[in-house]
Amino acid sequence: MSSKAQILAAVLANQPAKLPQPVFEPFSPQGQNNLDVFVKTAKGIGSSLHFFSGMQEVKNLITSSFSVGRIISPLAELSDIAETDFADLDAHTLENVELGVFKAHFGVAENSALWVTEALLGKRVSPFICQHLMLLVNKTAILQNMHQAYDSIGEADYDFGTFIAGPSKTADIEQSLVLGAHGPRSLVIVILG
Amino acid sequence: MIQELKHHATLADDFNQNEDRVGWHDDTLWWIREKRDKIAWQVPDWELLRDAASNIKDHVLSNLNPYLVQFEANAIANGITVHWAADAAEHNQIVLNILREKEINKLVKSKSMLTEECHLNDFLAENGVDVIDSDLGERIVQLAEEPPSHIVLPCIHKKKEEIGQLFHKHLGTPEGNSDPQLLTEAARHHLRETFLSRKATVTGINFAVAETGEFVVCTNEGNADMGAHLADVHIACMGIEKIIPERKDLGVFLRLLARSATGQPITTYSSHFKKPRENQEMHIILVDNGRTKQLGREDFRNSLKCIRCGACMNTCPVYRRSGGHSYHYAITGPIGAILAPNLDMEKYADLPFASTLCGSCTNVCPVKIDIHQQLYKWRQVIVQSGYAPKAKVLSMKAMAFTFSSPFVYHTAGKMGRAVLKYAPFTVNNKFNPWYKQRDMPEPPSASFGEWYKKNRN
Repeated sequence: MSSKAQILAAVLANQPAKLPQPVFEPFSPQGQNNLDVFVKTAKGIGSSLHFFSGMQEVKNLITSSFSVGRIISPLAELSDIAETDFADLDAHTLENVELGVFKAHFGVAENSALWVTEALLGKRVSPFICQHLMLLVNKTAILQNMHQAYDSIGEADYDFGTFIAGPSKTADIEQSLVLGAHGPRSLVIVILG
Repeated sequence: MIQELKHHATLADDFNQNEDRVGWHDDTLWWIREKRDKIAWQVPDWELLRDAASNIKDHVLSNLNPYLVQFEANAIANGITVHWAADAAEHNQIVLNILREKEINKLVKSKSMLTEECHLNDFLAENGVDVIDSDLGERIVQLAEEPPSHIVLPCIHKKKEEIGQLFHKHLGTPEGNSDPQLLTEAARHHLRETFLSRKATVTGINFAVAETGEFVVCTNEGNADMGAHLADVHIACMGIEKIIPERKDLGVFLRLLARSATGQPITTYSSHFKKPRENQEMHIILVDNGRTKQLGREDFRNSLKCIRCGACMNTCPVYRRSGGHSYHYAITGPIGAILAPNLDMEKYADLPFASTLCGSCTNVCPVKIDIHQQLYKWRQVIVQSGYAPKAKVLSMKAMAFTFSSPFVYHTAGKMGRAVLKYAPFTVNNKFNPWYKQRDMPEPPSASFGEWYKKNRN
């Protein structure tokens, strides 16, 4: 008997009588300002935030804060200051990217996580391999919690997607928090609108 | 490993040699427990979430066969190759076969407690494959040639000075420098080079979604993603109990996991892998290794609900003072002590006794596993099966004899008080285990029985 058949048979023999799939009704506090909570949570875990009305302000921030080094972004609006055609490059060639700029589908107030999928990233590795990361999110796209997040994702078909909350970090050495473990050293969140 | 022949009490003794370190370890883990409390209390429906997570996991265990079949079919449809491993040896062989077929002999690995449980690194090393662990804590214990001592904080038993020495020796950092910022930066450079040069990666899996065939990997460092998105071959390993029914269930578990683990609102990265990249190979290995047996043990099957957050360790008064290595098993602390005896009751007979049964573990568990009750039940099973440690059997017999006769009980009490009063040197010495790391109490002048007789009027 194959291991698969053996395992499935053992599971079937040993699993208890079937229990119904639970129905969970999440509790949603009323009157909460999701944007305020998002901002407070994001700052609390080491992200920095900017409120801009349009892409020109984003460009100004990039040119003033990241004047040296390679910048990538799939956003056509940034084509004069960033490489926008990196999607077909070998992933390894992105090792020297200083800044990556991407749009997020939405943000989540309770943990300041931003949902991005491969379609918005150009390459899967791009938000991880860059030294600094900038994510743009619409002011109206801040949800309350993770239940709302998955409601919003629904049955979307992505190949890869990830929630990103703050810069890459570790506290493995005596619980001292250090930002910039393997991924970006900083996360800049731009709230648009 | 010689360590594995020693039992919990002996290994805890080793850890207790350095009192300052024990104090630091105790305080640090309790601090993480406090962070967990603080963030949990900010979630108004925290207890509802724990109930929901527990109910979902109960439902999964009661319907695991169809969910495994569904998950496999969906993963295959997504272009992922699925393997099944009955035990650790088969799991390790599958990994090796995938690597050999691709003629790859270097691997970068992110954290996976399953691969620790299977001793994958040792097996691959014996077969000529070079493995580098990429989680910082795991890399540190790997350089120190030690196993992790905690499932979330692998090197929580190490002081930064020791890490500085290790990095000086292996990564060329300045001698005597133990600044966490500098050491982390050195590891970043060393591991970036590793990520860029390795063609294969192994990761764990936090959750596998039956409905969609996708799996989720959570890290703070981004190491799983750096490995997976740069390698030609991604091998993801999971125990069969990691299945959840639907994508929306992730909402419940991702709210609980990091808050319970480290007191963070969520891990930095919660990555959902659904399909391989173009020209990439993605493999999932579904591992049993004793899990179906545990599923059949009515009293202990709840342990399979574990999401590996480590909250039970951070809160455990025994773990905090005895250190993770005293559990001589890949999964340490209270949860490890109910998982390990399922695999080898004789070898791990000591672990369910390494507890005060205070119940703190049960109170913090995000999926409501009745951990302390299972520890108590394992004790019955272990004693009935004849695996109880000899000293424990003898002392329990002596206790049964003392308590079964009022005369013997009263005499023993009097003798105890007399010894503490007139001859403290006979107990305040290294032959008395109660004297280690603590002072013996002041003896009371009378027993409660004697006091009651005198004062009842």
